[in-house]
Amino acid sequence: MKVQLSHPARQVEVKGPKRVRELLRELNLIPEAHLVIRGDDLVTEDETLKDEDQVEVRPVISGGSRL
Amino acid sequence: MRCKKCKTKAVIGLPRHNAAFCKPCFNEFVHDQVLRAVKGDRMFTGQDRILVAVSGGKDSLALWHVLLTLGFRADGLYVDLGIPGYSAKSRERVERFAETVARPLNATLLVHTVTDQEGAGIRELADMVDRPTCSVCGTIKRYRFNRAAVEHDYDVMATGHNLDDEAARLLGNVLHWQEDYLEKQGPSLPASLEGFAKKVKPLYRLSEREIAAYAVLNKIDYIVEECPMAKGSKMLLYKEVLNRLETESPGTKQRFYWGFLDKQRAHSAPDSMAAKDQAALHPCAVCGQPTSAEICSFCKMMARAANLAHP
Repeated sequence: MKVQLSHPARQVEVKGPKRVRELLRELNLIPEAHLVIRGDDLVTEDETLKDEDQVEVRPVISGGSRL
Repeated sequence: MRCKKCKTKAVIGLPRHNAAFCKPCFNEFVHDQVLRAVKGDRMFTGQDRILVAVSGGKDSLALWHVLLTLGFRADGLYVDLGIPGYSAKSRERVERFAETVARPLNATLLVHTVTDQEGAGIRELADMVDRPTCSVCGTIKRYRFNRAAVEHDYDVMATGHNLDDEAARLLGNVLHWQEDYLEKQGPSLPASLEGFAKKVKPLYRLSEREIAAYAVLNKIDYIVEECPMAKGSKMLLYKEVLNRLETESPGTKQRFYWGFLDKQRAHSAPDSMAAKDQAALHPCAVCGQPTSAEICSFCKMMARAANLAHP
């Protein structure tokens, strides 16, 4: 599946099927600090993403950037 | 995951509330939390004219959206800081929101352009007065926001500060034992004297993730990119630490911040802040805005920049 990330903006390829919470764990991202968006919808932690899916993992925390 | 209220498919899980919601129930939850804050802290009424500080980010646009949806009289103020490659993008988001959401509901967008009024973008100003850009930005925004509210007769100013912001700020203040800041930190700052507008934070009961979810679900197009000037920010470190604690122990941020507010209320007299301000502050010799010095920090900064520009 294609996963769009930010800070910096980049795209990575991840093998499906995979649960959202597993994807975040693999990418070392805290669920509390991110939203997973597929198309126009939010995807909850328990959902399974397929190989064909395209998702955005959006960071939600603002307040500058770490050096 | 099922919606706690209506049992249909959930679009977001909220561990700190031991709940999950579908889109309509989540919108209701967000609106309820804002109303609870507004009523509980007596922020404003349906008759008051509110000026919302909007930056183009998710918090301020979500705040404006919620207030307008709930039928409050809320106008927006955007400060164009003149940051190359960034201000134009954030301004565009704000203007689009004003066009599509605010104006149809009879709300106005005020714009203050720093390069016009202050003579240069904040980066140049920061270089000229030899202060960090974030410091110059904060001084200008707070000053212009307050002044716009007072001059245009708004009853109250509102900012999009959320639970994550407040908890992180509290953590920083405690780690450094900044007692003066701790005394003043809260969701509602009174108009303690002439020249100050009341300032409130209606989103303080909501986490940053919940606000981002509200923005996405309600198709609010906001700027995701971080300000390029804000590198090495401590706030981000504090937020990260708190979110790690939150992950292990959901509810940490609200226990920390709301617990602090309860103790603050219990330990201080309600009018002590206003009384202290009245004792310590008087009109700036240049602009008339409240200050503890002869000339306020904004005018001092602008005088310095002017001297350097035209020695």
